[in-house]
Amino acid sequence: MSFLKEFVKFLMERKKYWLLPILLFLLIFGALFVVTQGTAVAPFIYTIF
Amino acid sequence: MTYILGISAFYHDSAAALIKNGKIISAAQEERFTRKKHDSGFPSNAINFVLDFSKIKLHEVDHIVFYEKPFLKFERLLETYVAFAPKGFQSFSRAMPIWLKEKLFQKKFIFDHLKNIDISFEDDTKLLFSEHHLSHAASAFYPSPFEEAVILTADGVGEWATTTVAIGKKNNLEIKKELHFPHSLGLLYSAFTYYSGFKVNSGEYKLMGLAPYGNPIYVDKILNNLIDLKEDGTFMLDQNYFNYSTGLTMTNKNFDDLFGEKPRKPEKEKITQFHMDIAASIQDVTEKIMLSIAKSLKKDYGIPNLCLAGGVALNCVANGKIIKEKIFENIWVQPAAGDAGGSLGAALAYWHLDLNNERKEIDKDNMCGSFLGNEFQENVIVEKLDEIGAKYEKLDQDEIIKKTVEDLANGKAVGWFQGRMEFGPRALGNRSILGDPRSDTMQKNLNLKVKYRESFRPFAPSVLREDLNNWFEMNTDSPYMLFVSDVKKDKILELTSDQKKLFGIDLLNIKKSEIPAVTHVDYSARIQTVSKEINPLYYKLIKKFKEKTNCPVLVNTSFNIRGEPIVHTPEDAFKCFMGTELDVLVIGNCYLNKNNQDLNLKYNYKNKFELD
Repeated sequence: MSFLKEFVKFLMERKKYWLLPILLFLLIFGALFVVTQGTAVAPFIYTIF
Repeated sequence: MTYILGISAFYHDSAAALIKNGKIISAAQEERFTRKKHDSGFPSNAINFVLDFSKIKLHEVDHIVFYEKPFLKFERLLETYVAFAPKGFQSFSRAMPIWLKEKLFQKKFIFDHLKNIDISFEDDTKLLFSEHHLSHAASAFYPSPFEEAVILTADGVGEWATTTVAIGKKNNLEIKKELHFPHSLGLLYSAFTYYSGFKVNSGEYKLMGLAPYGNPIYVDKILNNLIDLKEDGTFMLDQNYFNYSTGLTMTNKNFDDLFGEKPRKPEKEKITQFHMDIAASIQDVTEKIMLSIAKSLKKDYGIPNLCLAGGVALNCVANGKIIKEKIFENIWVQPAAGDAGGSLGAALAYWHLDLNNERKEIDKDNMCGSFLGNEFQENVIVEKLDEIGAKYEKLDQDEIIKKTVEDLANGKAVGWFQGRMEFGPRALGNRSILGDPRSDTMQKNLNLKVKYRESFRPFAPSVLREDLNNWFEMNTDSPYMLFVSDVKKDKILELTSDQKKLFGIDLLNIKKSEIPAVTHVDYSARIQTVSKEINPLYYKLIKKFKEKTNCPVLVNTSFNIRGEPIVHTPEDAFKCFMGTELDVLVIGNCYLNKNNQDLNLKYNYKNKFELD
């Protein structure tokens, strides 16, 4: 949580809000790949990409 | 009492530094402890050392400052990938997992490591982040003997900045201008290092050493195609020739086509005259850029003092040219100019800028000769040598010096291990291999039989400060071996008409001066001046050598072999001594002769370290 707070603070200071969706996309799908590895959900995830 | 711990890590040359009320107490690079050259891991060993040295625990430290800002670096990475997309996907897919897993959460990562060092360390608000080039600039200005100075930092890249100009006055330091990635002098030099078949981030020295064997015939090609250089030294690099922004190599096919050859493969291909000419050309361009920047800074700010830091500041040939041109009255270079020194700069910047503390002893060099590392007491040395099974004589200091001088004068190679270890890439007389510079065979022998490295690489002289001007064309303090100058004309030997026809590597074996072992093919030398105040024991040794031989100069090279970090402990020194053709080892007051050692303790050292 403190990471997110600090990152938002950083974005506000740098005024580079367009980085936020890229980062969220990377974090969510990165986590999804890790979590679903070796599970039945995996083939569905792969078809998205 | 305020303790500040500075840390640099995760790229190359991890290090830790500790300051107490603004005074530099200790600093060390992690590689010396882990024995892994340019170790980039978290510097737990170095931190433990700096804390132990001051007999404090981590939770007693008031502030901990990391030398750069990871979020800013991440911003640069993402923006670069977006700018070049879809090119660079391969590099992107490799870099992102590491960033998303570790690097982006560096604060927690560092905090967890610190917690491993001291379980009582709990306050994460003590952990702060400096900026990469501010850390470099602070490491160059605050320990310097100048009340006011222009500070120039140049390296590969930090967060965004690759070159910065700052003005330091008393305890204030303000960055005035920056050049941003991908336009980088450090990366330009590294691109040519890669192209010539040397390792990036460590082979730049080799390229610099190779340059005098070549002819700078590609200078125009570089200036007309790769770089748009302005009169004030600012520049832009044409990214059509480089691959470092998004790829996994430094240069690309356009670069190969421009110079007509592919990058050298070091395992298969030898260094040819082409590579020497390439080295000479990029060295020439680097000097042109540095001189242009220096001239414009002098013109813009009119301040007589210049401080340098960042990896490019280790280009002692370029530094020497700035001195020779007399652009500034005084120049001071941070001895740990690379990222290791960022740890020290981060701590100093916080003390002076954030906590607004005045500088003390402003008119003197506060780096303590860069002798900021570990030292071993006599009882510990003796205990270690006994444990290993080494045969040694314990002598008093005068006898040690007398015997060492005799050995040096007889052409022996001596491992010299004394006092506190140096901080930074150079050995300055405490972890050094010494030799007689008058010997015709010393350079070749030391390179091939002791250091196991390329025969073209030059050695540096240590010279008594008061004799500097009698032996070299320079009269400026150079205690950190960071300026190159020519050997004095009256010490140079006239070449025969046959010798004059030789060129390139063929010049290597010719006796060029009265001190051939430290005279490079272009009659230059990377000078270390030694004074009584900074290193009294080493000064005494050279002084006695002068009394015996009339030569106030010694060959001084770092105590290690190719690819090995400089020795740290007496055991490291003994292993290096037994694994190479060093004749004598002196550790503190213990004198070890190779002939007296148990040959069973000898082992294959040459292949122990990965080639750099």
